[in-house]
Amino acid sequence: MRRREFLTIPASALGGTLLYTLAREPFRLQAQEGNVKVPLRFFNAGEARVIAAACERIFPSDASGPGAKEAGVVIYIDRQLAGPYGSDKYRYTKGPFVESVPEHGYQAKENPGETYRAGIAKLGMNFDELPVAEQIQKLQATEKTHFFQLLRSHTIEGMFSDPMHGGNVGLIGWQLVGYPGPRMSYREDVDQHFGTEFRPKPAGLEQIMKRPGKPWEDEKLS
Amino acid sequence: MTNLKPVDVAIVGGGWTGLAMAKELVSRTSLSVLALERGAPRGLADYAMDMDELDYNIRLRMMQNIAEETVTHRHSSRDSAVPVRQYGSFHPGTGVGGAGEHWTGMCFRYLPDVFTLRTHLTEKHGAARLPADLAVRDWGVTYDQLEPHYWTAERMMGVSGKAGNLRGKLIDGGNIFESPRMHEYPTPPLKHSYASHLFEDATRKLGYHPYPTPAANLSENYTNPDGVSRVACAYCGYCSRFGCMIGAKAQPTNTLIPVLRKHKSFELRTGSWVRRIVQKDGRATGVEFTNANGEEFFQPAATVILASFTLNNNRLLYLSKIGTPYDPATEKGTLGRHLTHQVEGGIRIFFDKPMNLFMGAGSLGRRISDFDGDNGLKDSDGLLRYGMLSLNGNGDLPIGAFGSIPPEASKSNWGAEWKAASLQWHDRVAQLNMYGEHMSYRQNYIDLDPTYTDKFGDPLLRFTLDWTEHEHKQRDFAYDLAAKIAPAMGAKIDTRRPSRAKYNVINYQSTHIQGGVTMGASPETSVVNPYLQHWDVPNLWVIGASSFPQTAAGNPTLTVLATTYWAADAMIDKYLKHPGRLA
Repeated sequence: MRRREFLTIPASALGGTLLYTLAREPFRLQAQEGNVKVPLRFFNAGEARVIAAACERIFPSDASGPGAKEAGVVIYIDRQLAGPYGSDKYRYTKGPFVESVPEHGYQAKENPGETYRAGIAKLGMNFDELPVAEQIQKLQATEKTHFFQLLRSHTIEGMFSDPMHGGNVGLIGWQLVGYPGPRMSYREDVDQHFGTEFRPKPAGLEQIMKRPGKPWEDEKLS
Repeated sequence: MTNLKPVDVAIVGGGWTGLAMAKELVSRTSLSVLALERGAPRGLADYAMDMDELDYNIRLRMMQNIAEETVTHRHSSRDSAVPVRQYGSFHPGTGVGGAGEHWTGMCFRYLPDVFTLRTHLTEKHGAARLPADLAVRDWGVTYDQLEPHYWTAERMMGVSGKAGNLRGKLIDGGNIFESPRMHEYPTPPLKHSYASHLFEDATRKLGYHPYPTPAANLSENYTNPDGVSRVACAYCGYCSRFGCMIGAKAQPTNTLIPVLRKHKSFELRTGSWVRRIVQKDGRATGVEFTNANGEEFFQPAATVILASFTLNNNRLLYLSKIGTPYDPATEKGTLGRHLTHQVEGGIRIFFDKPMNLFMGAGSLGRRISDFDGDNGLKDSDGLLRYGMLSLNGNGDLPIGAFGSIPPEASKSNWGAEWKAASLQWHDRVAQLNMYGEHMSYRQNYIDLDPTYTDKFGDPLLRFTLDWTEHEHKQRDFAYDLAAKIAPAMGAKIDTRRPSRAKYNVINYQSTHIQGGVTMGASPETSVVNPYLQHWDVPNLWVIGASSFPQTAAGNPTLTVLATTYWAADAMIDKYLKHPGRLA
């Protein structure tokens, strides 16, 4: 097995693109211009720091490459929770709500926004200030909960979804796995490159289509 | 409720079946035809910005709004059902084109013995050796009767593939186990990927007969007999759960709508949610629907064609109190019996080199049918029927593909060790996919739920469905077959054998739900006759996979279309000349 090479992206190499950092405040750091505040849609600053720290434990920034922190995963989650998904606009939410067998999946009434609020309360508002080992222990204790399962899925989504959703900043997630993003055609390549990496330079949907996307989280809630 | 101007034919549903039927009617008769679709209009321009895994592949933006209507599920009639609250095991579509917009495009003809399965199994094994709960039945129509209609459907879509049985002559490189075809496929096979080349070479070396998966994704530019032109697939990998942004995947909006649009006798009314079929003295008088503003209408019609998805075909008959509900205890009644899904599953195989799996097309790939139907099965396999095994290359997307690792690679499914392992194995994991024939059983059926309701307050459908020992054995058989093929491909198989878990509504299986409004030769055991005309209400026709008494291993859309064209011929050539019961 080939050892994967490390990907390091110095801020200066990013030029004008935006980079997220969450040391104390969730904000956008523009490489050359200093700090810009990111408007949060769902979390308050404290909640965002807790979730950012938890995501960083799930998908850490470490020797194998950048993680949830650099990809701005918490911004992605913030927007999802503020949109139709977070308030269960597209889930069947009529009662009665009854517990059932595991084959029936999540059956409870709480929507993802409510699940996060309760989950954050369990982790504690000082979660981001705890030593890493303690953070891991706390998360291990919640591993079986619906909250943790959502958090894990959303972390992966925030790493690898199109940057128009707020995560995968600077296409950092796609670069990490060599995904080129949506492209109109592979007609000349689909039956080539056998057994060797074919890794075209990534681009996001808005970039290749040259027009703004319509991410679902921006849909107005009535 | 507002009364509207009568039409000759009202069609419920604007997907493959409703629009195919409409196209036959308006191009071959002078009747006025109205299709009522509860979703929104759609077309090519709507799909340019949908190459987004999150909204379309994960959040399922093209599917029916499950908040408004869902189904409930229980494993047996002893249990109480709960609603499917978020989509999992199947994905009903909505809007013009229905699920035919977001489908994958796999186009199989069923084996001849699927249509006569009760007779076939009884002759082969003897009635006494068949499981007591087995409910399979003959369809009342045969493969030979459907063959010309399969061809019509294949030409309409421009299906790509390679014949393996042309008028009885077996051809190497095609599926030699397929039902005999009168014609070669309209377009040649798609290009295929490294992984599927490895599958093809390995299965050939093992003595099997790999062939290209027949695909509604065009391999070359194509103009169909209606004069509709479409371009060749670009292998972009955004296919299943997406609308095709270049129209290379056959969809109702890029094959049938262009023809229907030219006919003044056709009207497509979107945002129209049909809630009842109105029946009086054994005849349908029309349909009641609610529009997007909540206003209610009665649409009178001389003939009603119920052509929505399996779920809604069943539900509208139940809600309209047309037909006799099935009772599994007595096996009396017909409406709702023979519920089947499809026995699908992926078996992971791991490579030590990159596969570039992000390139692909919905139906790209190679497969073997050496064990389809009961080909090649031994008594010791303990199976009445199996199916196919394939390597598909529909384009890996990065969220869904991430974290697919051998079980021994990480103790946890999050954290540093998991992340490193997931990066290490990324793009080195393919799947061998099984497609098993799901036979019908006495205890699997559809009725109305006593508790849960839709947005209007009407009862939801209730599924009573679980896997039986036969489906577990099919999965075991597939795993053992995959375990032979993987090493021949230079890959290692996932060491976890298929679980023998109960049916779950969480993990995607396929959007192939069949039965409930089944066809057959007798009104005692079926809801519609072999022409898909309702036994009790002769001016009501019910089209779609709801008519299948059991399903085959292959995906159903092509057979759904073939039976639609078959029914259209019966309606136009016989029924409209002499309205009345055709059988």
